[in-house]
Amino acid sequence: MLSLRCPYCGVEAEETELAPGGEAHLVRQGPGSSDEDFETYLFLRENPKGVHFERWRHAHGCGKWFHAARCTVTLEVFGTYSAQVSAPPEDILAAIDARRPGWRREGPR
Amino acid sequence: MSEPQTPLGPARFDGIARIEALPARGMITLRGDLGQSPLRGAVHRALGVEPGGPGTIVEAGGGGAVAWMAPDEVLLFLPGAEAAPVLAEMRDVLADAPHLLADVSDARALFRVSGPGARDVLAKLAPVDFAPDVFPTGSFRRTRLAQVPAAIWLGGDGAFGVMCFRSVARYAFDLLGTAAAPGGEVGYY
Ligand SMILES: [Zn+2]
Repeated sequence: MLSLRCPYCGVEAEETELAPGGEAHLVRQGPGSSDEDFETYLFLRENPKGVHFERWRHAHGCGKWFHAARCTVTLEVFGTYSAQVSAPPEDILAAIDARRPGWRREGPR
Repeated sequence: MSEPQTPLGPARFDGIARIEALPARGMITLRGDLGQSPLRGAVHRALGVEPGGPGTIVEAGGGGAVAWMAPDEVLLFLPGAEAAPVLAEMRDVLADAPHLLADVSDARALFRVSGPGARDVLAKLAPVDFAPDVFPTGSFRRTRLAQVPAAIWLGGDGAFGVMCFRSVARYAFDLLGTAAAPGGEVGYY
């Protein structure tokens, strides 16, 4: 079972109270982008074995979107953070470094 | 003038906890920047108290209360059933401050869950830690009751309030009654 702390409510929300929103920090490709970039934006997603950044919505709660960093293998949650950022904040990255040294070199992100 | 009707009328169930469907109350949704003084002032004008922080309900006199629903939303429970005059006063205080204000008195059904088994009954249905030190008086949590969205809070009188959408009132009442059936003691809390 996965439980995430909603950064707005401050409560530990269990998986059934949340709605998944897929990979976080996608860069939007709009009119004028190449076919390849647009395809990547629409269809291609990371599927890492390990550290992953995701969007979640506190559906049975405040209703707000937020971000979560977790491990897809162990379900360890490194932290949750505001939806109003386009990249993981430093404290989240530091928390992952502490638990998964060298994770940034492990593969494309 | 038509009389407001609650979905279940004065329904009641007695088991390891008492489940009661509550009479109609005025309910008002206020959305906007809750840090802004016009919004806080409008709540104060309506109830005599200001909204609390995340996960809280602040009770006012006569059965009024204001609950934190989201970072930009509070729900006011009015002492009486009539929301229209209070809404008009709040609109005066809010003036030009960006906001959304709506009478939602008919949108939801209210229940009271009381008695020594109340925490166990609710814990059977919602994925929430109801331990007294985690969920003390004045706590307010939006969650789910089995398959429907709900909000649960603990009032100053020691009884839990439960709120769900009006359309699922029968489901919620029957569910609470089933969880509170005699013989269903858990004795966890
Ligand atoms: Zn939340």
